Amino acid sequence: MKRIYLDNAASSRLDDDVLKVMLPYFTEMYAIPSSQFSHQDGIEVNDAIEDARDAVADYLNVKSSEIIFTSGETESNNLAIKGYARANASKGKHLITATNEHRSVLNTFKVLEKEGFKVTYVEVDEYGHITPEDIKAALREDTILISIALVNHEVGTIQPLKEISGQLEDSQAVLHSNLTYGAGYLALDMGGLGLSLASLSTDKANGPKGAGVVFIKDKLKINRLFEGNFNEGYIRPGMVNVPSVMGFAAAVKMFQSNSDDIERISKLRDRMIEKLLKIENTVLNGPAVERVANNVNITFYRAEGESVVLHLDMKGISVVTGSACFSKSLEPSYVMMSMGFSHERAHGSIRATLSKYTTEDEIDRTVDAMSEVVQKLRDISPIK
Amino acid sequence: MSIPYTKKILQYFLNPKNVGEIEDADATATEGSPSCGDQVKLFLKVDPETLTIKDVKFLSYGCASNIATASIITELAMGKTLEYAKNITWESANKELGGLPPVKVHCAILAVDALKSAIENYEHTHGLMKEKIPTDDKILIKRLRHVINPVAGKDVVSTKLVDSVQIKDGHVKIKVALASDHQFYNNISSEIIERLEPLWDVDKVEVIPNEN
Repeated sequence: MKRIYLDNAASSRLDDDVLKVMLPYFTEMYAIPSSQFSHQDGIEVNDAIEDARDAVADYLNVKSSEIIFTSGETESNNLAIKGYARANASKGKHLITATNEHRSVLNTFKVLEKEGFKVTYVEVDEYGHITPEDIKAALREDTILISIALVNHEVGTIQPLKEISGQLEDSQAVLHSNLTYGAGYLALDMGGLGLSLASLSTDKANGPKGAGVVFIKDKLKINRLFEGNFNEGYIRPGMVNVPSVMGFAAAVKMFQSNSDDIERISKLRDRMIEKLLKIENTVLNGPAVERVANNVNITFYRAEGESVVLHLDMKGISVVTGSACFSKSLEPSYVMMSMGFSHERAHGSIRATLSKYTTEDEIDRTVDAMSEVVQKLRDISPIK
Repeated sequence: MSIPYTKKILQYFLNPKNVGEIEDADATATEGSPSCGDQVKLFLKVDPETLTIKDVKFLSYGCASNIATASIITELAMGKTLEYAKNITWESANKELGGLPPVKVHCAILAVDALKSAIENYEHTHGLMKEKIPTDDKILIKRLRHVINPVAGKDVVSTKLVDSVQIKDGHVKIKVALASDHQFYNNISSEIIERLEPLWDVDKVEVIPNEN
């Protein structure tokens, strides 16, 4: 039987139309844009990349010159955060982020701490929300950068970015956001959200792997991470992944008219949550509202997460858990712990992330399988 | 799968052997806690004449490594003498299972510890220890290192939840750094009592909260 894939927040199936856009750039237009000064092949590819940049700029409602292509979410976060902090250290060395951010954000801040920056990690509430007032309270005269993801990768919490940016009026600090888990599921208007820097990838919403974007508001100073040729305004030297960048642009064009998909995915999410909460001793992790359309995260008490995931895997269903048993560090998910949950709640947490390819039948079969597996594990549990 | 298990481990995980409870068990032992990831409870039925294991069963809140190891060690111990069963190591279980991923070994050790603890508890309650070592602070602390602090996912001794230990005429007093209305006070105090009561010369275990 066909497997049921519910790990789209890890990465998702490529959209067929996006693939069609990408294919010629593997076998026909395989020159690189920096060859535009050498030959016609380079000029054609460079024109295509600039069209892609225009499409991304249109999607984010910014200027094309403010878009830099990278290899994906992790590189984009590193470039925006390290690049801005290092280039603006003379203005101050204080930075703010939240305890539930993605590893590519948190670990970047850890490196900056070693370089002498001070970082305030703002705590989140039991739903993973950041309070704009907490950001204001953390602000100092020497704060230069704040990074808050639009959507949490594990529990789908949508952060009030507009309200957070509203707190920065009297501050020199700029706001960066990792938009990756909202891309394709939420409208992304940089001006509306009050962002000066942003990172995104489209691969969680049926775009390609291997391409990312950093939005850098006009004239902001940013240091590159590594040295090379003059690609991407000399901010991001190195090979431009042309097929993936073209796929990225095709994906964001698709995002601009996908409201029917989003509505259908949200309904499936709600159907899944409603059915799962009927299983005894089950709780929803993350908020019931202000939650991204494709995220379901549930704890089944008295059923250990790795065992649930392994049973489901053998039944052909792909999901993940925040259990310590599942992690290489043997620590439970820090996102779960950041919301003040017990270890047990983290150990029993299961994340299922949907896409536009997810069907109602798949959701119903997954719920049935989860119900059966949880019962089986509770039957052999010493905890009553 | 992020954790590579052998086929044999997956077989035992899907169809564990000797799962369940023994209602009139002669000895039981619980290792781990939901807060540190896994918990396993083991039940023993022992023939008092031959000191062989007549029945052994387990319950597990744990991962595949824990369930499979508990399964295999109960098979290895069934029908064997206590002396033999005491010497079943996680290495022998690991060999039978075809090799656990190194990161999962601690879950397997938990299952082996539960068997050892259950046998030890049986020996204590039946006065079978080779040498009747009087319980002292050191022995108490050693046992308390198996009680897990759910806040930290580590034992109550290393996380400094134990303020003092005392034993006098079979009466054990454990002062803990928790108020009696603390979220985990009941859980921790009952685990401490369960852990210390089987000691051969202990009659009563009292857990004293810190109300300041």
